[in-house]
Amino acid sequence: MGGILASMLDGLLVGAVYGLAAMGLSLIWGVMDVINLTHGSMIALGMFFLYLMYSVIHTNVYVLLIPIIIGGMVLGVIVYWMAVHWVVGRSQLMSLLSTFAVNMMVIGIGTAIWSTSPYNVDFSLPGITVGPYTFTGNHIAAAIAAVVIALGLELFLYRTRFGKAIRAVSDNRDAAELMGISSTGVLTLAFAIGIALAIASGALVSTLFPFTILSGAVYQLKSFVVTVLAGLGKPLGALIAGLLLGLLEGVVTPFIAVSWVPLIEFGLFVVVLIFFPRGIFVRANA
Amino acid sequence: MILRRPVLYLTLITAALFIYLPLRTNDVSLREDLILIAISIILASNLNLMIGYTGYVNFGHIVFYGLGGYVGLYLTTVRHWNLYTAALAAGIAVSIFALVLGLGILRLRGAYFALATIGILQAVQSFVANFDPFGRSTGMYLSFENYAPLGGAMSALWKTYYLLIGVMALSMILSLGVKISKFGLGLFAIREDEDAAVVLGVNTTTAKAIVYSLSAFLPAIAGTLMFYKNGMIDPSIAFEFIASLEGIVMLMLGGKGTVVGAALGGGMYEKLRSYLLTSPRLSNFHLVIAGGLLLLVILFAPGGLIGWLYSLVPRSRKVIE
Repeated sequence: MGGILASMLDGLLVGAVYGLAAMGLSLIWGVMDVINLTHGSMIALGMFFLYLMYSVIHTNVYVLLIPIIIGGMVLGVIVYWMAVHWVVGRSQLMSLLSTFAVNMMVIGIGTAIWSTSPYNVDFSLPGITVGPYTFTGNHIAAAIAAVVIALGLELFLYRTRFGKAIRAVSDNRDAAELMGISSTGVLTLAFAIGIALAIASGALVSTLFPFTILSGAVYQLKSFVVTVLAGLGKPLGALIAGLLLGLLEGVVTPFIAVSWVPLIEFGLFVVVLIFFPRGIFVRANA
Repeated sequence: MILRRPVLYLTLITAALFIYLPLRTNDVSLREDLILIAISIILASNLNLMIGYTGYVNFGHIVFYGLGGYVGLYLTTVRHWNLYTAALAAGIAVSIFALVLGLGILRLRGAYFALATIGILQAVQSFVANFDPFGRSTGMYLSFENYAPLGGAMSALWKTYYLLIGVMALSMILSLGVKISKFGLGLFAIREDEDAAVVLGVNTTTAKAIVYSLSAFLPAIAGTLMFYKNGMIDPSIAFEFIASLEGIVMLMLGGKGTVVGAALGGGMYEKLRSYLLTSPRLSNFHLVIAGGLLLLVILFAPGGLIGWLYSLVPRSRKVIE
């Protein structure tokens, strides 16, 4: 019994990181109606960014998150102007395919540089031991970092003028333009933040598990599940839904092989979409 | 009438050439090249039914090919069926699987469906990797005696080749048949405006499920033939995500929504890919080049090669479809 409880708590800690990743996807989806299929490859890049920086500068990895987030925003601006700006407002098929093309390029470059063999970041914080169970320090610190970043985004969206502009463009782009908001600037900013969140979550994941350049795909699927659970454009909702998904994984993993998890997540994804198309925090008929 | 369509004869001539050329000189390496091209054409043509005709992106199209391979190999090695019945049974089984799955997930509209297909790929792969009759993650192997019913390995390779070319021709004829049928018109209506299609009396849920299942049939048969020819299958080669991506690149390159475009894109991309993979300097970057190509096509020529031809010579629409 205690084992399940410990596994659930650990699931919650990892779930906070899932939530952080999904916030990036949800923000971009909600603001510009673009499903960002570069998400998985950006998470993978985050892992390798941290790996590279840590191998050069041996310092606390959580300090390295700050330059990684800034780098992520720069990358986000580049990707936006390369592939997204031209397809915003056109059919979803186009934005799916164009972000997908960037995904292929990033994975291709990553595979050429790092091959597909596993890497890990050799950094660990002392854990906390409760009875026979140990919670590793990295899991606790990653969850704290994820929650801090998530709350930071929430404050930014609801307490600053930039955040207000993003929400305005998300609600009604034409009306926002009439109010003197440069929607192109806002879309670029929102996309950059979305990518930075994906990269930050990738960096946090790399302190928890070994990873390859293809690992992003697994977390991308989790982000989709979390995003539809929470409903679009609700960053704090995504964090909570991420915690729920982590909790679910914590409950099931003691009983079944880890390789079944994608099947369960996919089932959850379809069921939620069919029965709760606007997320579990809104009633289906509302 | 399908008999009046020039594309039908173009297809038949292409298939005849595919069979005649390697046979004339008994050229095995040419045959292997043409097999890869035929597989690409089969995958791109059937994917076209979803993306080009119906406007639904299927990121997990390779699932049908891989599952077909698994079912076919299971039937030939464990149950000792002959190849022909096994391939047909694999096609039917995977189509039924797609129909059932489709009735569920095709209630999701547009982009949500696309996301679900990414999930299907990972879910099916994780299922097969844990499924005992399919050999879990080690997969299945054929021994030499499995080729005996077809007159030994040598003759079996040629026979699977002819069958694959047949499946390739059927894929293109199926694309053409759907395109000129009333059913195809319903699919185009869904692509242009799904709500309007409903109002016009198209039963969109059924139509989408049927086309999804139809697009599974021939790739599943091709999967059986191909993995039978290769003599082995495992989850990572059967459900290679990159192969699913490349199908989309082929289709966009040639021109989505057209019979010739899908086939042309499949053939051209396969040539390009084999060139890149064998060139020592570029082999690591073939995915980057494919992605770059896809991005350029989407941003600058969303109609692909055939779309470009249409805009140059508008009358070509009537001949090349």
